[in-house]
Amino acid sequence: MKERKPNRAGTKRMQKNEWGPVERGATLGRDIQAKIGEQLRAMYDDVVSQGVPDRFAELLKRLDQPDDGDRS
Amino acid sequence: MKVDPSVKDAVLAAVPSLRAFAISLCGNVDRADDLVQETLLRALANIESFRPGTNMSAWLFTILRNLFRSEYRKRRREVEDGDGSYADTLKSQPEQNSRVEFEEFRAALAKLPPDQREALILVGASGFSYEEAAEICGCAVGTIKSRVNRARGRLADLLSIESADDFGPDRATRAVLLDSK
Repeated sequence: MKERKPNRAGTKRMQKNEWGPVERGATLGRDIQAKIGEQLRAMYDDVVSQGVPDRFAELLKRLDQPDDGDRS
Repeated sequence: MKVDPSVKDAVLAAVPSLRAFAISLCGNVDRADDLVQETLLRALANIESFRPGTNMSAWLFTILRNLFRSEYRKRRREVEDGDGSYADTLKSQPEQNSRVEFEEFRAALAKLPPDQREALILVGASGFSYEEAAEICGCAVGTIKSRVNRARGRLADLLSIESADDFGPDRATRAVLLDSK
């Protein structure tokens, strides 16, 4: 907790125009970057952890079965 | 259609990640799953164009992305119901607190231009290299890098600026409206 220029990390609940879009982009705080990466992966990994829904496992299985010797 | 079992296994193994990508692209689980299904059918129908030894996952992502793109073009003008419905389908329900944060994040992500959003997800969540992401999106590596950077900057802005008065029920609506660009 150093006294520094206010950076976005701690300002999530700040008033809308307090800092405004002034320091956008150029110097993205590292903690914000990390936070974004974290949220992104959390969102993504949650879906990944659901595995393969039956729907798709069945789809592939169905494609497996078709009559081996039809017209190949 | 005759598909080598090992190829099929590779396809199956890519499904969870494909879904995650699809959901982050369209923000709606049902639509995302349809997109995945279409991707799988398309992939298996064209399996001979997959070069063994290359990255199966990247190949599938490319197909999915292209399908999404063509669909997106068609659907651009429709209002999606993407917001809100998503968190409800999650396996691990986020706690109330982080749930708000989560929804905030999702809404912000939805506001990114599609180019930026997909680049950020591919690199930041799917774990593709810039080179692979460039291949998937059919653009230059430098383009991907700058899209990712812009996406991060934009997200940071959206998340810090918008949270103050954006807890109302209006947020989702607004996300949809703002998404139109």
